[in-house]
Amino acid sequence: MTNSIADIYKADVILVIGSNTTENHPIVALEMKRAVSDFAAEIIVIDPREIRLTEYAHTWLSQKPGTDVAVLNGLMNVIIGEGLEDKKFIENRTESYEELKKVVANYTPEEVEKISGIPADSLREAARLFASAKNGAIFYCMGITQHTTGTDNVLSIANLAMLTGNIGRPGTGVNPLRGQNNVQGACDMGALPGCISGYQNVCDSGIIDKCKDIWGVKLPKKPGLSITEMTDAALRGEVKAIYILGENPMLSDPDLSHVKKAFEKLDFLVVQDIFLTETAELADVVLPGVTFAEKDGTFTNTERRVQRVRRAITPVSNARPDWLIISDLAKAMGYDMDYTTVAEITKEIADITPTYGGITFERISGESVQWPCPDATHPGTPILHTEKFARGLGKFHTVEYRPPAEEPDKEYPFILTTGRLLYHFHTGTMTRHSMGLDEVCKEARVEINPEDAKKFKIKDDDWVELASRRGRVKVKACVTHRVPKGTIFVPFHFKESPINMLTNSALDPISKIPELKVCAVRVKKTRSK
Amino acid sequence: MPKISLTINDKKIEAESGQTILEVAKENGIKIPTLCHDPRLEPYGACRVCLVEVEGARNFLPACATEIANGMVVKTNTIPLYKIRRTIVELLLSDHELSCVTCESAGQCQLQDLAYELGIEENRFEGERHTYTIEDYNPLIERDLNKCILCGRCVRICEEVQQDRIYTFANRGFDAVVTTPYDRSLIETKCELCGQCISTCPTGALTEKMSRYKGRIWEIEKVKTICPYCGCGCELELQVKDGEIVRVSSDVEGGINKGNTCAKGRFGYDFVNHPDRLTSPLVRKDGKLVEASWDEAIKTVADKFSRIKKRHGPDAIAGLSSAKCTNEENYLMQKFMRAVIGTNNIDHCARL
Ligand code: SF4
Ligand code: SF4
Ligand code: SF4
Ligand code: FES
Repeated sequence: MTNSIADIYKADVILVIGSNTTENHPIVALEMKRAVSDFAAEIIVIDPREIRLTEYAHTWLSQKPGTDVAVLNGLMNVIIGEGLEDKKFIENRTESYEELKKVVANYTPEEVEKISGIPADSLREAARLFASAKNGAIFYCMGITQHTTGTDNVLSIANLAMLTGNIGRPGTGVNPLRGQNNVQGACDMGALPGCISGYQNVCDSGIIDKCKDIWGVKLPKKPGLSITEMTDAALRGEVKAIYILGENPMLSDPDLSHVKKAFEKLDFLVVQDIFLTETAELADVVLPGVTFAEKDGTFTNTERRVQRVRRAITPVSNARPDWLIISDLAKAMGYDMDYTTVAEITKEIADITPTYGGITFERISGESVQWPCPDATHPGTPILHTEKFARGLGKFHTVEYRPPAEEPDKEYPFILTTGRLLYHFHTGTMTRHSMGLDEVCKEARVEINPEDAKKFKIKDDDWVELASRRGRVKVKACVTHRVPKGTIFVPFHFKESPINMLTNSALDPISKIPELKVCAVRVKKTRSK
Repeated sequence: MPKISLTINDKKIEAESGQTILEVAKENGIKIPTLCHDPRLEPYGACRVCLVEVEGARNFLPACATEIANGMVVKTNTIPLYKIRRTIVELLLSDHELSCVTCESAGQCQLQDLAYELGIEENRFEGERHTYTIEDYNPLIERDLNKCILCGRCVRICEEVQQDRIYTFANRGFDAVVTTPYDRSLIETKCELCGQCISTCPTGALTEKMSRYKGRIWEIEKVKTICPYCGCGCELELQVKDGEIVRVSSDVEGGINKGNTCAKGRFGYDFVNHPDRLTSPLVRKDGKLVEASWDEAIKTVADKFSRIKKRHGPDAIAGLSSAKCTNEENYLMQKFMRAVIGTNNIDHCARL
């Protein structure tokens, strides 16, 4: 997030697109609701489904999945057409505005209605409302990024924020909500094929030299493979071994049978986790790590706040903290990775990572700090880009609408979109092993619109078979107006109904994120599971 | 904010205007008892145990709902106040199931604490008592109306903070009770099982079902940490007894969440002590995963990685790091892949 959770209430208008906030970021949602009830803010929800946040919203626009760029361009078309843009901000802080203007000119509300299904007048009204805000904040989540046009979607959001001057003040900003508790940290720490910690490019000779100084090794000067590229390379026999730390791609990745084939082709698979997950079952060696409650360290939340994780219990049985396992492995391979405490690692992170430069274990034990925090006296940065952008001027990127990689057709007439539920998390490794939560919510159900359900004679709790070009899955039905006609929704937490058997692994060319939010499926009632 | 000066119990105090007497007293280490107050909620002023004397005021005033003013002279501990508090608490106790011996909230119950402080030994108001059956069959939240003192905190937190409006007051006078729509179980309402209502309830009327008989406040150790689930990064207090997490709470003054959580953060902890946890390294032998020592497991992995690296080059190995692991672990994992293996083939699953 460019901004902080604590300043959400200062927004006059909150635009939420592709985030089911009340279920997936409940505490952020509390702040949004508070902004509405106590400070007269308005919420605009743009989401195909009638998510719970719509109950608190002024406007809800239901777009056809995968048409976000058209919708965002449409909003900007209205704002520019009616002269509602922030001329001063555009003049002082941005560049390439003319190019943007030219591209969005084609996205009239009527054109956008044809693409997205959002009535032209509703789009106009939403555009005016957002532009009228003294402070407007935009929030998004995986509903924006998990598309072949994910990068374009994000750029369009940035365009809208800059066009309306909503950057760098409390109650504004471009605010991605990170799905997992330390995604922000995993990225910050350089668990990325192109960067080491602090987003320092691996192709930069200066960075390679710095690593040589601190790590004593010269790094290869080319980016590595992203996760989806790894599976492809494994299938081609180029990648022979994979080491997986605390993840379960056998449930979270698109096109699961493809992933399975790839893992089976490997010479060697190592999985380090807390349970024998679907992925661990395929491994050659399984290393028992520990949960958050059994270790010390830091997590970084979605607003870049680095916070202290404290060990509450000793590791169960023979399990070991992951940092110890990794250093033992390094030592066994002849590399001197010798830390006696977690604090020493935090120190090394600060030494090598400018944005974390002022973050020490002692400091974080007393207070939390939002990066960038370059040195020990720096207070941290609650709001980014207050004076200027990292690159100086903010560039408007022109983005044209491209349809999703797979669209419904005669054979596969429905759009399948996936996501999460309030009571579960990701692949369920933790929540499905939490008895209370699992009792509240035991099984996956496919949300299907009553009109569609009627056509197939599907009633609540009937078993339904869903099939895409890649696989089929059986799941119980939940007939509900929450989803629009032609779209169905299935959560991906449940191994009993592994919905990612069906999803499309087509990637966004830049972020390499697969299109989990749109694929074409057909629906059939079946007798039993 | 302009400063205001006032006197509480003969102590001269400077405070920021806009605060309540209760807030200022707390800041200055003066304790005023409360029952219906929660800093997360709008001032309510219903239970009256926080009444104080303010010079010049015709009546006693509730400290939780009265703003300070310049020159105010406040007394919090006079005999008349003591008598009022005592009467209020005695009345509450007269219709309260006194099962403190087995109550989950014993030791952290504001009613029990007050009765103790006020030295209430026996009850002057023997009379009719309610007996409600406890039958909310949701798996997470126990509702025991026999211990409810009608402070309205649950009603208000669900309305003001969670904004789900699940609870309302029904009936009047002696028969007043907190109820749900059509008296249904929470799980049949739009309740999100966030447990905010548990966190605010001053007595044992609302408690965590899973924590029943697992340990009371004086037996447990509270450890502050961060929720393992979504990116909000809520601060949680893990309540630990004998190496097991028995309950999760959250400090109303701490973290980005100020005492609030969602169902995952509050109730999704028992996976930690789940019997299916992996407890030993496993190595595949003749097609089967079998238990192995750490030495053997580490050596197997190290040898195999070294061999593959030698034969096919470092880029034949790839690593996936975890959004559930700490920064330190993620840092080490990428360092391992880059410095030890010698490849940039490192990514995480967090996009998915
Ligand atoms: S659990 Fe949350 S939503 Fe349910 S009644 Fe309590 S406060 Fe309201
Ligand atoms: S249940 Fe608890 S919080 Fe709710 S009114 Fe009764 S005592 Fe107060
Ligand atoms: S308690 Fe809920 S909202 Fe808070 S971090 Fe955990 S999962 Fe997210
Ligand atoms: S705490 Fe002030 S009236 Fe109840």
